Amino acid sequence: MSATEQTVSADMQHGEVNTQDTEHHHGPAKGFSRWLFTTNHKDIGSMYLWFSLAMFMTGGCMALLIRMELFQPGLQMMQPDFFNQMTTMHGLIMVFGAVMPAFVGLANWMIPMMIGAPDMALPRLNNWSFWILPFAFSMMLFTLFMEGGAPNFGWTFYAPLSTTYAPPSVTFFIFAVHMMGISSIMGAINVIVTILNMRPKGMVMMKLPLFVWTWLITAFLLILVMPVLAGVVTMMLMDIHFGTSFFSAAGGGDPVLFQHVFWFFGHPEVYIMILPAFGVVSEIIPTFSRKKLFGYSSMVYATSSIAFLSFIVWAHHMFTVGMPLAGELFFMFATMLIAVPTGVKVFNWVATMFRGSMTFETPMLFAIAFVVLFSIGGFSGLMLAIAPVDFQYHDTYFVVAHFHYVLVPGSVFSIMAAAYYWLPKWTGNYYNEKMGKLHFWLSFIGINITFFPMHFVGLAGMPRRIPDYALQFADFNAVSSVGAFIFGFSQLLFIYNIVSCIRTKNQATPEVWEGAKGLEWTVPSPAPYHTFTTPPKVD
Amino acid sequence: MQTEHQEYYVPDQSYYPILASIALFFMAFGSGAVLTAAENTGDLAMLMLLIGFVMILFIIISWFSKVAAESRQGLYSPQMDRSFRWGMGWFISSEVMFFAAFFGALFYIRVLALPWLGGEGEKGVSNMLWEGFVNQWPLMTTPDPSQFKGPEKIVDPWHIPLLNTILLVASSVTLTFSHKALKLNKRHWTSFWLAVTVVLGVTFLYYQVVEYHEAYTELGLTLASGIYGSTFFILTGFHGFHVTLGTLMLICILVRVLEGEFSGKKHFAFEAIAWYWHFVDVVWVGLFIFVYIL
Repeated sequence: MSATEQTVSADMQHGEVNTQDTEHHHGPAKGFSRWLFTTNHKDIGSMYLWFSLAMFMTGGCMALLIRMELFQPGLQMMQPDFFNQMTTMHGLIMVFGAVMPAFVGLANWMIPMMIGAPDMALPRLNNWSFWILPFAFSMMLFTLFMEGGAPNFGWTFYAPLSTTYAPPSVTFFIFAVHMMGISSIMGAINVIVTILNMRPKGMVMMKLPLFVWTWLITAFLLILVMPVLAGVVTMMLMDIHFGTSFFSAAGGGDPVLFQHVFWFFGHPEVYIMILPAFGVVSEIIPTFSRKKLFGYSSMVYATSSIAFLSFIVWAHHMFTVGMPLAGELFFMFATMLIAVPTGVKVFNWVATMFRGSMTFETPMLFAIAFVVLFSIGGFSGLMLAIAPVDFQYHDTYFVVAHFHYVLVPGSVFSIMAAAYYWLPKWTGNYYNEKMGKLHFWLSFIGINITFFPMHFVGLAGMPRRIPDYALQFADFNAVSSVGAFIFGFSQLLFIYNIVSCIRTKNQATPEVWEGAKGLEWTVPSPAPYHTFTTPPKVD
Repeated sequence: MQTEHQEYYVPDQSYYPILASIALFFMAFGSGAVLTAAENTGDLAMLMLLIGFVMILFIIISWFSKVAAESRQGLYSPQMDRSFRWGMGWFISSEVMFFAAFFGALFYIRVLALPWLGGEGEKGVSNMLWEGFVNQWPLMTTPDPSQFKGPEKIVDPWHIPLLNTILLVASSVTLTFSHKALKLNKRHWTSFWLAVTVVLGVTFLYYQVVEYHEAYTELGLTLASGIYGSTFFILTGFHGFHVTLGTLMLICILVRVLEGEFSGKKHFAFEAIAWYWHFVDVVWVGLFIFVYIL
């Protein structure tokens, strides 16, 4: 039986899936113009995902250069200034180029299919949101070849490092950030409008798949904080070129002001990178546990609480900068509060798996690893939240270990889980399960070898962002570097698997996974170019 | 809002987005190059910036014309209309946050940073950086006058700024008159009040230019005159930029009204720009209070 003839699940079968050409709804255009001019959410989603993969590999190469230099104490590979450029570019590319676009790509592909919409609400704007990115990142990567080198002040670009003492290329960096901001804001508006306005009858808010919910909340965060990022880089630009003194105490300004404004953006930003991950995991775990998600509504409320709290915790990044005691206390306790809704979520995931008939396909492996390793990152975050203790941890490798645990086995693992989970829906073919599992285990082992020792060297006082280190840190650093290369090179398996999944016929069923529930599993695999041209019935 | 999207209009392929991305890149790269260029490459950079600017102008005009044309063809359902409304609403929210960043900076400087620098409060030790520095607002003497010379005088809020407040608040009222008239299909009154709004907006901008000119030539108040000048010009400057955009959009709407577009029931472009104008007005009231008066 071919895929299109398969019956769709009974409660959702009324949704008409368009497989025939109509006046406005035809297949993809031929040639390269399809990708340049497209208004199709699946095309745009794919472009976002490919772009993200390319950036992930670029930023990954920079990470490997960093780990090469840190393999031994002393300076082997590069000058300190180039090392600083690598840490800066690695951070910026991974945050803005790899993780964020990957989630936007997933949103583009999945949200319309999950809620039963014909496309994103504003398709042309959607295309624009994507195409800004390659230009913005070309410009940012181009700074590597400029006189004075690329930005070298860390991805947090603290003033005055990024103003008074910055290389000339900082101006291009500022404009690149502006472009990314425009792209993110338009993308977020599109997501919100799609979710609020494009749902068919019966798809009430509290029936939305959790991936959609988490993205809705993420989109609000984006709209509220990306303009603040634009504001802070604008103030930098003014300080550098127009003689203002926002971040110069000599004129009555304050470098600490930069940190406040930056982290008012920056803290919600890190949740922008994790909330959609929560959504992905909340889709995958029920499928492979063959149970409904435990505590759906508490998941929604927990996500909203985390989003709210993200706005009142920013100064926990600045405990050592010199804040009044009241500030230290407020931000310490507010930060600890985040553990409550996060704990609710972890509890719910575990409770979903409890007594489920679980199987361990690749997406599930990544999802379970997410729950465990993200929790480790959460716990080290809780340690960092304690202001007096943070005085010891601040700017050490402990911080590096913490945020890599939440970002790599957190966000990145969830993106990989999502890729494996939905690849059969996107391509119509199953991926190679054996290779997927191998990819998972190599990544899992590699990541832990890389980042776990960083906790130890951090607690012992090794500072971050320094190309050289004291001899007593040598063993752990060598171990970290080996782990990094294992993790880095195992990603080639991921790419190979994706490409062969697209090229090798291994027809997937519409449902793909035995326990999968949701509108996206009612359409054939691969999903037709236009889904749900008329609204599906949702009971 | 759950609805039937029987015929949600998904536009065909469009070359506007990619061209707009290229234009944006030209503008961004051109600006960067203009600001950092050595003397011999400055012209090329400026050319790039100009090309980008002309391109984006052309694209905005043709993109919006296309949307308007599609709307006239009846391709847009009420659901589509709601999409545009939500979109514009959240766009304005993001603009609010853009200004919030600068207001936040102003409040942080005034309430925390400057008192500390002046030796007050918990972090008053920072006064040792410039001993004898006295905190005051407006900050007429900066901690290091050799680097940043403070302003000699500041703008008197009860002259031009008060006039500008009246102008801008009045323009919000006249715009509402125009909207009411449009709803009642009194098209002459619609264009009359809209024209009045445009005139008020342009007058506001004129006085803003006069104020800036005075600030630079008579008051010694410039971008470089310490944190007072920095916050003053970034807040009023970006506001002025938004008023300029708003005025241009109002002119577009006026032209469209005169050409007989918009009906009493369907005129979202008009409403969107009215929202934007009111937003700009509200920001001004905030500026008048926190930048000029207090």
